[in-house]
Amino acid sequence: MSEAFQPVLLKRCGKNTTVGIDAYLADGGYQGLKNALAKQPGEVTQTVIDSGLRGRGGAGFSTGTKWTFLPKGHPGPIYLCVNGDESEPGTFNNRVLIEEDPHQVLEGLVIAGYAIGASKSYFYLRYEYGRGYRALEKAIEEMYSRNLLGKNILGSGYSLDIHLHRGAGAYICGEETGLIESLEGKRAWPRIKPPFPAIEGAFRKPTIVNNIETLACVTHILDRGPDWFKTIGIPKDPNNPRDGGSYGPKLYCISGHVDKPGLVELPLGVTARELIDNYAGGVWKGRKAKAVVPGGISMGFLSAAELDTPLDFNGPGKVGCLGLGTAAVIVIDDQTSMVDVLYNTCRFFAHESCGQCTPCREGTAWSTKILKRIREGQGTMADLKTLDDISKTIGTMPGTTICGLADGAAWPIKNALQKFRPEFEEFIKSGRRSDLREVALAH
Amino acid sequence: MGSVFIDDKEIDVDPKSNLIQAAREAGVEVPYYCWHHDLSVVASCRMCLVEVGEKKPDGSVAMLPRLVPACQTPAKPGTVVRTNTDKVKASREQTLEYLLLNHPLDCSICDQAGECYLQDYTYKFGRSHSRLNEPKVQRLDKYHIGEQIALFTDRCVMCTRCVRFTREISGTAELHVINRGSVEEIDVRPGHPCNNKLAGNVVDICPVGALCSKDFLYKKRVWWLKHADSVCTGCSTGCSIVVDQNEDKMYRIRPRENPQAQGSFMCDEGRFGWKHLQGEGRLTAPRAGRLAVAAATAVGSHAEGSSLSRSESRVLPQSDADFQDAWGGTSGGGILGEVRSAIASMAKQDGRRFVAIVSPFMTCEEAYLLCDYLRGLSKHITLAMGEVPIVGEDDLYPKGPRGESPTADNVKFTIRAEKCPNRLGVEAVLKRFQGEVIPFDVVLKSLASGAFDGAYYVGGYPPHEIPSGVVRAFEGLKLLIVQDLLQTPLSDLADYVLASASFAERQGTVINHKGLAQSYRVAVRPPGEARADGRILMELSGRKGLFHSPTILKEIATEIPALSKFGKEEVGTQGLMVMA
Repeated sequence: MSEAFQPVLLKRCGKNTTVGIDAYLADGGYQGLKNALAKQPGEVTQTVIDSGLRGRGGAGFSTGTKWTFLPKGHPGPIYLCVNGDESEPGTFNNRVLIEEDPHQVLEGLVIAGYAIGASKSYFYLRYEYGRGYRALEKAIEEMYSRNLLGKNILGSGYSLDIHLHRGAGAYICGEETGLIESLEGKRAWPRIKPPFPAIEGAFRKPTIVNNIETLACVTHILDRGPDWFKTIGIPKDPNNPRDGGSYGPKLYCISGHVDKPGLVELPLGVTARELIDNYAGGVWKGRKAKAVVPGGISMGFLSAAELDTPLDFNGPGKVGCLGLGTAAVIVIDDQTSMVDVLYNTCRFFAHESCGQCTPCREGTAWSTKILKRIREGQGTMADLKTLDDISKTIGTMPGTTICGLADGAAWPIKNALQKFRPEFEEFIKSGRRSDLREVALAH
Repeated sequence: MGSVFIDDKEIDVDPKSNLIQAAREAGVEVPYYCWHHDLSVVASCRMCLVEVGEKKPDGSVAMLPRLVPACQTPAKPGTVVRTNTDKVKASREQTLEYLLLNHPLDCSICDQAGECYLQDYTYKFGRSHSRLNEPKVQRLDKYHIGEQIALFTDRCVMCTRCVRFTREISGTAELHVINRGSVEEIDVRPGHPCNNKLAGNVVDICPVGALCSKDFLYKKRVWWLKHADSVCTGCSTGCSIVVDQNEDKMYRIRPRENPQAQGSFMCDEGRFGWKHLQGEGRLTAPRAGRLAVAAATAVGSHAEGSSLSRSESRVLPQSDADFQDAWGGTSGGGILGEVRSAIASMAKQDGRRFVAIVSPFMTCEEAYLLCDYLRGLSKHITLAMGEVPIVGEDDLYPKGPRGESPTADNVKFTIRAEKCPNRLGVEAVLKRFQGEVIPFDVVLKSLASGAFDGAYYVGGYPPHEIPSGVVRAFEGLKLLIVQDLLQTPLSDLADYVLASASFAERQGTVINHKGLAQSYRVAVRPPGEARADGRILMELSGRKGLFHSPTILKEIATEIPALSKFGKEEVGTQGLMVMA
């Protein structure tokens, strides 16, 4: 099935050029927007609900349903924030979209803005994406010149302005309320919910935050219809009434120990093994995969035995991972020590914990220190118990933190200790020191 | 009001309160660090996590699978809260272990020890050991963080109460968080220390020993302190306070929560503005007889009081046997006896030639006793208001970004320009006895023009410069009686000096700017032979018995219609609105 799949989102990408407005229009661009403007905003939202589109930012919440959470009959302004703070390790799908085909994203943005009645959109882009920023800047300028933005878009009576905002580089700015705080010029400390952003978000106004890839999908849903969207991916599990299905194409980022790292677009539900073997040239140097990160490091690890897990919204969860996340697959070969991998993972989260909630602030740093000591040959078996306790006492699921960062920090520890425990025990017993040098984290 | 179930106990609470408050109503303690009822909710310390559920109409209870912060959850009717389950206990233990990971074990040298929420909660809810084998994060102490406050950075639990205080209450926003994760700290921007007029409050709201008052630092272990409820006399806001003392020495003043008075906070003027009560310049004994002439000239030029010659004044006997005689008593003799007969003879000659200047620092009871006594001697004695100190304008908080005052409905704290505690109370008394309130500058003119031969002047002011013109107005008097705390040019000029007591040394009731009556309680004894004003006046006026504030208030209530509320209700710890 996947062999025959024609890329949708990446159709115009991969040439290392940026698609301009003329080329985009010539390729049938902005038809989705025209279709949307011909409908009532509520119909647009219903179309997106019907398509079964789930957010591509990590949590996988139904996009159209999210839009309906806005207060009815609000006098405005309502804001649409675009989450372009793509900072989950291993993730680079948004980057390719905005660098090479920004109009596809911006079209989805205007459609979403129209559906929710937004008067302003804040495009929050991580600072590191310089090329993407310039591509977006140019694309937005082109849109204004063609009346695709600004007052009375295409004569529809709907007006929208976009503010392109560059972040200053923090993982936590990708959390939607952290993003809003950062956008407001504050420290990106995630807010307590309720109120959810749809009720009180940016500048205390109702706000919807959507991921870049999600908006790109919206473009195509309005262009080709929800039924077309539903032909792609994995349908709802009839035995699980709460399952929303995994419809549509998905950008999978493949990195780590593979021969051909890169970005591929496939229907949701491809397995990790297929991705590695068919699209990434297999594990490098003829080695075998020991572990695979299914969707960004915060989702945990798949063991070698779990490589046939379908990477849809439900698959990774069934084997103990946190979820699909951003579908950023990182392959770890069999020569790599899981102690080192977990140490590096913990170090990342300790560095990125915003420091607001006690369990996350202290737990991430503590686990890093413990793993550092284990790597230095000074670990004890009791450390594994402590690590396990830390992983179970931080996060939103026990209820001990405000945002999901701590869950993301806990899951790799949980998975590593579950699935690779003998390796940790052997390492501690041997008293070996890890000979891998630490690479300084950028400050 | 709606029913909430806290650990199976059903109580009625205001649905606007949160679960911490609801639990408190039910007598259940929910521990917390970051929440403060006057600050915004951040729910970041995660200490107050509880199990929450909902009671359905059919009586079944559906509990949420995860713990929720009690501070953030409103007490909706039908909410079921469980604080004593294993899950909650384990969470508290774990959170405390996290909080203590990088906390130094320096309780023995920490000022907060004894009133520290880390200590208390660890004792009640924590584990006895930490599993940390790693070196603790080291952070440098910051003594520079403010003129009055020091930050012991490594003790901080990052509750950010102080940060929110400077943003939401003072509006000055000096404090903020730097760095990220486990190495984050509270700090100020270089060159912008936390010196706003409310800065001292961050020490009170700090739940641990991170922010300490430099004034109190290492002065006293808190468990030696004894506490007395009192009222700040710094301005007419009349903040409810607690005076902390040990062995008749005051160590600090803290705000006492009182929504009717000021709320939860107080300003630094009041917090630190009591040092004169224990310093040099306090009158510690009564005195009879004028000082030498050389002294009088020196007074005119505002020379230091200590340089005065006391050759002509009669220094009081110091031996125990003579002690009672120095003041004398109701039976006559002593200084009070002399004062009594001096006033009586003047009143007999011509009451019109005698004036009493009633200070707005006097309590209602004292003002009443004085006026009642003098009017008893002669109906023609003038009763006038003492100087009402006004300094600048009311100082409103929170300040805006450029230091501008908030709009009227956003005011959270006011430091009033009127720097005395009881103008309203004294005015009510004066209106009853004099019929009007004669302002100080009017009576001063009369004094200067020689309209009076004798004066009873009551002070009680904090140290301030008395203009030479004021002193000169009193110079020509045949009889000047000064009742005051501090040695001033006027006390040097006086024929009789009655050394009186500060707010912390006496009982009495004052009425603040909006008519709220609050009472002082005796915290410490007056220094030396100084006496509480009420006692002086009781004995001077020949009343029987000891000074007892509630008894006098009852009398005031019958005599002064404006203060009749004193007869109906007690002035409790939260005060009594007597003038609405």
